[in-house]
Amino acid sequence: MSSDQPTYAPAQDAATLQRTWSDPPGLVGWFSAINHKTISLRFMITTFVFFLAGGVLALLMRLQLARPDNRLVSPDLYNQLFTMHGSTMMFLFAVPVMQAVAMYLVPLMIGARSVAFPRMNAFAYWIFTFGGLMLYAAFFLDIGPDVGWFAYAPLSGPQFSPGKRVDFWAQMITFTELAALMEAVILITTILKMRAPGMSLNRMPLFVWTMLVTSFMVLFAMPAVMLASTALITDRLVGTHFYNPAEGGDVVLWQHLFWFFGHPEVYLIFIPPLGFISSIIATFARRPVVAYPAMVLALIATAFFAFGLWVHHMFAANLPELGKTFFTAASLVIAIPTAVQIFCWIATLWSGHIAWRTPLLFVLAFFVILLLGGLTGLMLASVSLDTQLHDTFFVVAHLHYVLLGGAVFPLFGAFYYWFPKFTGRMLDERLGRWNFWLFFIGFNVAFFPMHLLGLEGMPRRIYTYPKALDWGALNLTATVGALTIGVSVLLFIVNVLRSRRHGAPAGADPWQAGTLEWSVASPPPASNFEQVPVVHGRYPLWLPPGTPDRVTGLTSEHREVLITSVVDAAPDHRLWLPSSSPWPFLCAVAVTILFIGSIFTPWAMVWAAVPVAATATVWFWPKRHMTAVRSASEVPP
Amino acid sequence: MAATPLRYLAGIAGACCAGTVLAGAPGQNALRAAGIQAEHIGWLWNLTLGLCALVFAAVVGAFLLALWRAPKDGAGRPPDLASLTRPERGIHRAVAWATGTCVVLLLLLLGADVVTSRALADLPLRNAVNIELIGHQWWWEARYRHADTSRNFTTANELHIPVGRPVVITLASNDVIHSLWIPNLQGKRDLIPGRTTLLRLRADRAGVYRGQCAEFCGLQHALMALEVTAEPDAAYEAWAAHQRQPAPPPDSDTARRGQQVFLGGTCMMCHTIQGTSAQGRLGPDLTHLAGRRTLAAGTLPNNRGYLSGWIADPHALKEGVNMPANQLPPDDLHALVSYLETLK
Repeated sequence: MSSDQPTYAPAQDAATLQRTWSDPPGLVGWFSAINHKTISLRFMITTFVFFLAGGVLALLMRLQLARPDNRLVSPDLYNQLFTMHGSTMMFLFAVPVMQAVAMYLVPLMIGARSVAFPRMNAFAYWIFTFGGLMLYAAFFLDIGPDVGWFAYAPLSGPQFSPGKRVDFWAQMITFTELAALMEAVILITTILKMRAPGMSLNRMPLFVWTMLVTSFMVLFAMPAVMLASTALITDRLVGTHFYNPAEGGDVVLWQHLFWFFGHPEVYLIFIPPLGFISSIIATFARRPVVAYPAMVLALIATAFFAFGLWVHHMFAANLPELGKTFFTAASLVIAIPTAVQIFCWIATLWSGHIAWRTPLLFVLAFFVILLLGGLTGLMLASVSLDTQLHDTFFVVAHLHYVLLGGAVFPLFGAFYYWFPKFTGRMLDERLGRWNFWLFFIGFNVAFFPMHLLGLEGMPRRIYTYPKALDWGALNLTATVGALTIGVSVLLFIVNVLRSRRHGAPAGADPWQAGTLEWSVASPPPASNFEQVPVVHGRYPLWLPPGTPDRVTGLTSEHREVLITSVVDAAPDHRLWLPSSSPWPFLCAVAVTILFIGSIFTPWAMVWAAVPVAATATVWFWPKRHMTAVRSASEVPP
Repeated sequence: MAATPLRYLAGIAGACCAGTVLAGAPGQNALRAAGIQAEHIGWLWNLTLGLCALVFAAVVGAFLLALWRAPKDGAGRPPDLASLTRPERGIHRAVAWATGTCVVLLLLLLGADVVTSRALADLPLRNAVNIELIGHQWWWEARYRHADTSRNFTTANELHIPVGRPVVITLASNDVIHSLWIPNLQGKRDLIPGRTTLLRLRADRAGVYRGQCAEFCGLQHALMALEVTAEPDAAYEAWAAHQRQPAPPPDSDTARRGQQVFLGGTCMMCHTIQGTSAQGRLGPDLTHLAGRRTLAAGTLPNNRGYLSGWIADPHALKEGVNMPANQLPPDDLHALVSYLETLK
């Protein structure tokens, strides 16, 4: 694709590109935005707001549990609190935030000007947001779901949960899973077909690998929960009996379907941060990560095994013993790929030169917290031990060690690392260190005592406990820790708000990192790359430039991108991406009306299909003159 | 950085050892085994905890050593790209050895798990006590089963079991999923509507052990407990023989009046008192109510004050229960409580 005849002068080209790829201004323009960076920033902020909301719910629970026989929160509100907290953190924060960050970074890391299907990206964002808002609207009207984030049948069925509470929960699943599936399709297509020439699969940054693996997992995991929740909705709405044992249904079916999704979901949350860690450790240890092929294979192995251990959530149900041993073995085996990655990172640090900055601190917390969470996971993998530990505070401790240590700490590290790229300014280091240490100490104070509480017999999801059981002191400790985490997160918000305006200017590459996102200005221009780079190795910015070093011949007048081959990223053809449009937003509104309407009447599926069809039709309607221009630009072979 | 969790881990190990030493103290604690099944699991816990503590120490040690050892001059330094051209055999070998060690330890854990599962399944069941335990929102119905069906009896929210004899509990549910967990005696097992499951246990030390529902079952999941009294065989048999007796006829005027209140009002529609016409099945069997230690599924002490309060307005004490409030004239309530107190 490299040509000897440059078609435009670079300065003029940059201005043209900026005009071509920018979203229109104004209010309508705001709703028409489809640039992947704009959508991704909104997505990140939305998920972060949900994270804060989920955190406030958690603090309320901790205040209620701070002392025995407390009457601060009623049982009904408490049940809503833990249901909303779990559902928020799993469905509205942890999974989507990873996709949101990836939507920003993946095109920049692979040398692409956009994600594939940018309008679908905007549509997915709006669908996600509306689903989350619906759930919180229900909660603020005191009709929030109250059957746990896992919504076990038959408690969640029509007989034991009359009213609309569970319907809001189940429909929230529909919204968020739809968004997650679309984001997965976009990421897979972007990664496999839009990499800069020369970026063969074995040169892809490890973060891009994690997102590719995660997106494929989404394709297999999400349909299970959509099936499960749809069957629940039809049980509740039109009287089917999927989960009614009296009519030949089966309550354990729900558990199988839910955990067939639910366990891989943990890895949907956990795998992208492995990519954050690989990026950050390579940059701050000043060397490539040890054993790239082993790292990639470990990711794929993790994804594969993740689908083989859902039954370890059901060891207390009556399942055949021999089958359980299989799932014990699978649950133990999945520790191996993670161990390989941990060893490779330690080896990278061991043989590197360390730059001691805040992003690295957050990532290093992984090695203590996730490790402990992983080891308690081995305890839960054993059938016999699990019968004691299952559904106790030990599991609460375990899952927070895994999810905060494995995902939230690296995610905060990632924010500190890429914030300069998002905004052009550095986050404050001193506040960053306070943020980190308060979080790290608060986290351990909050969650370590829960291991002991679980062993001392405290079950999960109880709004109160009697004084006689002596759980008061440890619970109070946990509450103090939780409040410390709250203070730490406030510091983070202060840091972000201050640094956004007054932080030190970052420049294109503040960390002297090796991957392509650092080759463009901070924040990046609308088209990401003025000229699409050609890649010659795994860390393009660290390697001496090769020839050819850039792609020429793409027009700046239209949103033209280069499509490359799946394995070798050899140039294949040019493609015009669609322009900004308000119709994805309007279509998302129509779909929202359909989903929410169908909570109240099955007929919404019929009448609300009309606006959905209408908006989607306008969205996809081809423009005659664009087709003509596009055809004229084709070069006959 | 790792010091805090390490100290905690030491703490957990300490708590665990204390658990084995102080075993037998009443309560609700998985580390204080009072029966063979919980002891088997406790053994596996000790082994797993030991191995995991070792691995944790080794990995955090290697991690801290790496941080300590690596020069801290990375800021602004050009990257070291030597590894891209020259394979790092030493490092790869170290990673491979560490991974191999993990595989061996995991196999050890798997073996220990299988051995423990076998041991749990090997509980001899000769001369077992059979109990059918049915979960309700939010209380426990216990039906003691005997080969001679005339020796069956029903109680609620409280089990008595003989020390040293196996107990086979058949678990069922008529509403939602519950889970029986008596941590001092055995791991938990779900009560699933539409299925029956079995839990086998044996208490080896006399004492009172508290159990609690472990699967979220709705509004008052937190207040669904039961007490298990493990006592010598003779004491157990005496208790069981007493439970088989119908309720004694009321022996005073107040109690007789109370019985009339019970049988003439709505109480009998939900509750059974053997030896009377009250045969309701929706609520707990009250034949020997006064012999129980607690009210409302392990929630309240069983005394006159709480019993009166419970009858008058159960929702003030346990919001959302199925029992309705009873607006009885004070004399009737007094008589009713007096009658119930005779149901020893």
